[in-house]
Amino acid sequence: MKEIVLVPREQPDYGLIAECISCDVFAGRSLEEIENLPVYYGNRRGKLADFFDVSGEVAGRAEEQRIIIDGNVTKTRWIGRGMSAGEIVVRGSADMYVGAWMSGGRIVVEGDAGAFSGMQMRGGELHIIGNAGDYLGCSYRGEWRGMSGGRIVVDGNAGAEVGQNLNGGVIFVRGCVGTFAGVRMKKGLLVAGSAIDRVGAQMVGGTIVVLGKVERLLPSFDFKGEVENPAAGDEKFAGRFRKYTGDHAERNAKGVLYVGDHG
Amino acid sequence: MKLILKNGFVYDPINGINGERMDICIQDGKIVEDVENGRIIDCSGKLIMPGGVEIHSHIAGGKVNTGRIMRPEDHIKNVFPKTGVTRAANGYSTPSTFLTGYLYSKLGYTCAFTAAMPPLMARHTHEELHDIPMLDKGALTLMGNNWFVMRYLKRGDVELAAAFAAWLLRAAKGYAIKVVNPGGGEAWGWGRDVRSLDDPVPHFDITPREIISGLVKVNEMLSLPHSIHLHANNLGRVGNYVTTLETMELADGAKPARERQTVQLTHVQFHSYGGDSWRTFASEAESIAKAVNSKDNVIVDIGQVVFGDTTTMTADGPMEYYLSSLTGLKWSNRNIELETSPGVTPFIYSKHSPVSSVQWAVGLELALHIKDPFNVLLTTDHPNGAPFFKYPTIIAWLMSAKYREETMKEVHRAAQRNTTLATIDREYDFYEIATVTRAGQAKSLGLEEKGHLGPGADADVAVYDINPEEVDPGRDYRLIEEKFARTSYTIKSGEVLVKDGEIVRVVNGRTLYVDAQVDESLERELMRDLDYYFKRFYSVNLANYPVQEVYLTNPTPIKVETGVR
Ligand SMILES: [Zn+2]
Repeated sequence: MKEIVLVPREQPDYGLIAECISCDVFAGRSLEEIENLPVYYGNRRGKLADFFDVSGEVAGRAEEQRIIIDGNVTKTRWIGRGMSAGEIVVRGSADMYVGAWMSGGRIVVEGDAGAFSGMQMRGGELHIIGNAGDYLGCSYRGEWRGMSGGRIVVDGNAGAEVGQNLNGGVIFVRGCVGTFAGVRMKKGLLVAGSAIDRVGAQMVGGTIVVLGKVERLLPSFDFKGEVENPAAGDEKFAGRFRKYTGDHAERNAKGVLYVGDHG
Repeated sequence: MKLILKNGFVYDPINGINGERMDICIQDGKIVEDVENGRIIDCSGKLIMPGGVEIHSHIAGGKVNTGRIMRPEDHIKNVFPKTGVTRAANGYSTPSTFLTGYLYSKLGYTCAFTAAMPPLMARHTHEELHDIPMLDKGALTLMGNNWFVMRYLKRGDVELAAAFAAWLLRAAKGYAIKVVNPGGGEAWGWGRDVRSLDDPVPHFDITPREIISGLVKVNEMLSLPHSIHLHANNLGRVGNYVTTLETMELADGAKPARERQTVQLTHVQFHSYGGDSWRTFASEAESIAKAVNSKDNVIVDIGQVVFGDTTTMTADGPMEYYLSSLTGLKWSNRNIELETSPGVTPFIYSKHSPVSSVQWAVGLELALHIKDPFNVLLTTDHPNGAPFFKYPTIIAWLMSAKYREETMKEVHRAAQRNTTLATIDREYDFYEIATVTRAGQAKSLGLEEKGHLGPGADADVAVYDINPEEVDPGRDYRLIEEKFARTSYTIKSGEVLVKDGEIVRVVNGRTLYVDAQVDESLERELMRDLDYYFKRFYSVNLANYPVQEVYLTNPTPIKVETGVR
């Protein structure tokens, strides 16, 4: 793999729209062309080199390209938007929309990622080592067809409405998920270490597994007894779980919720 | 400004010009016989038509904006940055006002009528029309569920109903009488609908049949430029063609006061369904076409479906509720006081769906089975069947049996089995395309200075980069699709607005409305009644209800002497 390194200089005070930071865009371009790729902030247009020192080697094809963002970019948005191949590593924290509409390849954020990360992902892998903001793996505003494939892993916690409208793929949050995790979920798998409330609200299909505790369960879920080592898709979960179905506030709901902590 | 469009192939059905190579001369925004020292635009090898006229498209008003608010996911699909002349714009099935103007202009359209304006929402509608550049505009004004209309017609007072309709057009700055699911919108206020022409409307005890016949009479008494514009009952329902056929009979209720139909049945594709369940859903387009062919005073527009994701929006509240209950998608509904109850819900026309596939075929069947193209106008009922910028695809389907055959292979076999489309080899020529996209519309709307290129007409012209001597539309359908999507030139009121598919100039068009006057004592009687009813039932004062001209761009009243007393 060939590596391009972006060293962040000064970040603007408000969001920097940098959807050009993607292996699909970088591959096959010269360093100079990459430096001149457009970025937007406020109502102004600038170039990538205004905010990053660019160095390294460009690959001919996206799948051979790695992009390292060497530091915190807490105001940079849309990193890896729609990326189909290759790898991006953020050695720090990123702002909103990391890996939105991504269809392949891999993105690692070593710090935290902002809201709407992995929005409507179709494939590939997004790994957030820190915490994720609200709307992780959600659908775009108004859209009812959410994330449909790929895998999101968060080692820390995630905010509200994780996997909203989830329609396929896997989201795995090792820590705690905020309110309304898996809201309006239709397909796919959402796993969380623990959850607060309104888990699976309006879900009609797919599986949610909470390894630990759910603080308050919705009354519209039906208790179906305890199960040993349940499986969902290719994943197996060791131990005893309480099994529920729901959300029966919806017509013909076929969602499944496993809760690991019996307390 | 003087212009000479030199040596193009001209298609002007109203003046009987069929592909003749000639010059079009323009002076002071009008077509003229001859002009001296005009700027010459070389149109050799190109096709010239009058500017397109849109007769039924939901482009402004409450539900259009509700559609925009409901569907941010629709906006992000179609985003345009600003240019030197155009503003930033977005939206796919719910385009912003500015984008609406730009996109129509690129297609060669110069005039558009928004399909359903509730009078109470007229000020809002005009505020949106105000921001649609590039086009002359007008609004079809909803009356089919209006309390006053229903009361006056029920007690047989056609004169007062006519006086009211004339006043309402003036107050709302509307252009024509629009009727949507007559009686059904009012019944929906009680959680009901009307399902036949003889279902009484709750509390008004009037039937859809009486509302339609009454408004046909009113329209002809007032001698309005357009006929009534009718969205019949039972839209989208299996087996609804029976209602549609019965409705057509009502067109005979009055003699046309002008040289046009007495009823335009709109988006008739949605009203031409047979079968008795969704499983047996089938086309009855041939029956509808037969009826249109045998009648003098009914014309239709198609409401063609093109596959893809769109937003449905109509003043037909119960229908939108029914549709959203079938799809399970988000839905909006509103009650407009004494007037109407519109609804909005997204819809996806899928090639895998037997119903969508039949709907696609039905529209084309209608266009191909109806003999006189002046009787079958091209619309998609934007955005209900598809966004209007899909017109080039529909034009290509009409011009190429091969293209239809290719598409037929991609869609559900129900389109083959349950419609006659595969058996039709008729292909439209450019003359017929010019009829169903501009000449027919202008004639139906009574726009004497539009839809043709004779001297005295508005200098609204579309020039397409198609050489009819070299192109075989039956075979080169992709080229037809591509070239009708971006004009070489769009000229409006003698100004070049689009060149080589790009907008070069942005202008505000005129807003056309009908100013029909009735006898003074009748008007006084009307105002007394309105005053009483507004105080009791409306949320606004009568005095604040009429829209002032200041809300309109270049307000252009069409004066009509009615003689109604
Ligand atoms: Zn319509």
